[in-house]
Amino acid sequence: MKDTDTGAERNLLEVRGLTKIFGSLRACDAVDLTIAKGEIHALLGENGAGKSTLVKMLFGTLEPAAGEILWDGEPVRIASPGEARALGIGMVFQHFSLFEALTAAENIALSLDSDTPISTIAAKAKALSYSYGLPLDPYSLVGDLSVGERQRIEIIRCLLQQPELIILDEPTSVLTPQEADKLFETLERLRGEGKSILYISHRLEEVKRLCDRATVLRHGKVVGHCDPRKETAASLARMMVGSDVHAVVRDPAEGLASAEPLLEVTKLNRKPATPFSIPLRDISVSVRAGEVIGIAGVAGNGQGEFFEAISGEVTQDEADTVRIRGNGVGRLGISGRRMQGAAFVPEERLGHGAAPAMRLSENLLLSRHKTDGKVFLGVANILRFPAVASAAKRINEIMDVRKSAPDPAASALSGGNLQKFIIGRELDRRPAVVVVNQPTWGVDAGAAARIRQSLIELARSGSAVLVISQDLDELFEISDAIAVMHNGELSDPIPIAEATRERLGLLMGGAEPGHQAHEPLEAAR
Amino acid sequence: MGMTEAILLTIATAATPLLLAAIGELVVERSGVLNLGVEGMMLMGAVVAFGTALTTGNAWLGIAAGAIAGAVFSLLFGFLALTLVTNQVATGLALTLLGIGLSGMIGEAFVGQPGVKLGAISIPVLSDIPLVGRLLFGQDPMFYISLALTGGVMWFLFRTRAGLTLRSVGDSHSSAHALGIKVIAIRYMAVMFGGACAGLAGAQLSLVYTTQWIENMTAGRGWIALALVVFASWRPWRVLAGAYLFGAITIAQLHIQATNLRDLADWPAPLFWIAEAVKSIPSQFLSSLPYLATIVVLVLISRNRRLTMMNTPASLGRPFVPDR
Repeated sequence: MKDTDTGAERNLLEVRGLTKIFGSLRACDAVDLTIAKGEIHALLGENGAGKSTLVKMLFGTLEPAAGEILWDGEPVRIASPGEARALGIGMVFQHFSLFEALTAAENIALSLDSDTPISTIAAKAKALSYSYGLPLDPYSLVGDLSVGERQRIEIIRCLLQQPELIILDEPTSVLTPQEADKLFETLERLRGEGKSILYISHRLEEVKRLCDRATVLRHGKVVGHCDPRKETAASLARMMVGSDVHAVVRDPAEGLASAEPLLEVTKLNRKPATPFSIPLRDISVSVRAGEVIGIAGVAGNGQGEFFEAISGEVTQDEADTVRIRGNGVGRLGISGRRMQGAAFVPEERLGHGAAPAMRLSENLLLSRHKTDGKVFLGVANILRFPAVASAAKRINEIMDVRKSAPDPAASALSGGNLQKFIIGRELDRRPAVVVVNQPTWGVDAGAAARIRQSLIELARSGSAVLVISQDLDELFEISDAIAVMHNGELSDPIPIAEATRERLGLLMGGAEPGHQAHEPLEAAR
Repeated sequence: MGMTEAILLTIATAATPLLLAAIGELVVERSGVLNLGVEGMMLMGAVVAFGTALTTGNAWLGIAAGAIAGAVFSLLFGFLALTLVTNQVATGLALTLLGIGLSGMIGEAFVGQPGVKLGAISIPVLSDIPLVGRLLFGQDPMFYISLALTGGVMWFLFRTRAGLTLRSVGDSHSSAHALGIKVIAIRYMAVMFGGACAGLAGAQLSLVYTTQWIENMTAGRGWIALALVVFASWRPWRVLAGAYLFGAITIAQLHIQATNLRDLADWPAPLFWIAEAVKSIPSQFLSSLPYLATIVVLVLISRNRRLTMMNTPASLGRPFVPDR
């Protein structure tokens, strides 16, 4: 392991009092940060703590309101990504900055300022990718690639510019555990070559494993510097959140073996809706009363398509392909399935789960006017606003939704608070079946814990809960069994006692194709 | 000059303004901007070209002035839609309405005046080759300019670095911005190129197609050019094919409508029956045939959805506001 005494070395990058203000929000407030040569420096913080804002200023896509940046001891002004690259700063973006309709080589060419021919760039990229063990076909179309492969393009693109400092923004959030291991090897090799790395993450275990130093941000301010290897995950979490995070309590499920299945999916197939989307193949899963089943998988393996098929946004040919409480609902739309006692929470909060410009009470009415028509609608379907308003108030109180006005527009809420409202809106009906896609994506730790706990409580009160998530930690916290989706196929659920990250990771990477019929796990459950 | 040759020549003359306007709009849309003002820019090009040629007596100066007028007029769209981030659809419509009114006002004095014609070129010997001579070597300069522009746009978009950058801006402006590509500057240039092409198309109408200025003389060609770009799934050679198909059917149906059955009385019976059947088709249907046929053919050749997705600019019409 590397010597941690980096104080004697000269700092590659020094940031003093960097500030960025959006409207009335101080996204970054007098942030100080130093990065030494040859270190992996972690930038920790919750969603909205200002991490992305800070690195955007370092990469020249945002202009700081105040503060200075020193590069190799010299003050610099970074006005554009081109200038950042010229200094020797490379960036691997969280939401990839790739062009789907172009090839990998064309994508790489676009970030190189010189006018080198594409064929030369392709050859260089290929050679570099193989030397780092990240094989890449430069002529493949980005739209056809998995997220892991897309990230390779980003990393190769960055390395081709021979940067001194590489910024990685949440690089493992889209990778399988094995792919993440491969990435860590690459990063350690780069550190060995004397490169500096700024590693942004909210995953504490990998920060402890990889990083030499850490800077922790909260609400735009630096709240501490530390050596992550000397901290515990709990102490790091406390620094990030500012208070203790309540751990989610999961009582063991009882009497599952005799419980009746409330949601049954049998041999669900779906053709790809667009040329770049994933077909679903023979998906079968059943969720019993009192049970939480998690569906893991790397983004873009058919989870979105699966959710649409179950929720009724896309209907099936056979009624019995999807059964809710024993009734075939395959040919019914969303409202029809809701009437059978099901509830659905899609991945995208604004625009899919809620109409951004409408008030919370109106959003409540939009999703429940059919199922709760008796309460919310009067004679001739005239809206009964007092009933809607009191239901919205009840939901907000139960889920602890924090808002600035009594009944604000959905877009005025923070991600975590809006998600609490949307989940609460569905759970308030006491549904027999709940299907949630990415329940805590981009949600702060406190809200995430609240949401997870409420899902478990619902299941233990006798409902069936199906959670689709890319966050393995989340699934381990709440699931009774975890199935893995890969390339439009679903594995059998693995009981939580037998599930390991290793095993799920292999399934997520597609290492066991055709695993559905073969493993006798159904009996073990 | 035989009948067939004459018909083929008129087809080229009818297709050229569509091709010019559409190839310009294709570049605009490939950069992610939807400019519905093609009709207005064409009219501005037509009236300025006509007026310049009339006062100077030089048709070439008229052509150049038409292109410049189109480009300058498109800047208005650029300023509103790109700098002030107004709604692109509404701004484009407004540009067309403004172009119709403004060109009518400028051109009031020109109505009924005989214009200057940009004559066909004539290369000795080559133009005299039977059949193909006039078609290949004896047409008006705008015919050659339109083909050269189409070839040039194909080469630029798919063979040069600048073309790659332009396509990337149309695919994802936020990704392009994150890489430090100047999204707005590139879109301004694309919009101005589209304006210049529409101006050229208008100049062709008032200096080649007809040699006069008539109010609203584009008669919807700008809209057809817009439709061609979409139905050609943003690919230059398909725009070329679509423009000529449209031109061919337009000319063919005009000939059918103009023909008198009595003149064909000496035709052999089966041919006469066919002619009779064609003549019995309502003229309204014949007039709409170019539109219908072009759409049907282009839809049929765009059935490959994967290819269509790859060529559709994903950011088309979406406003871009960089956060700084």
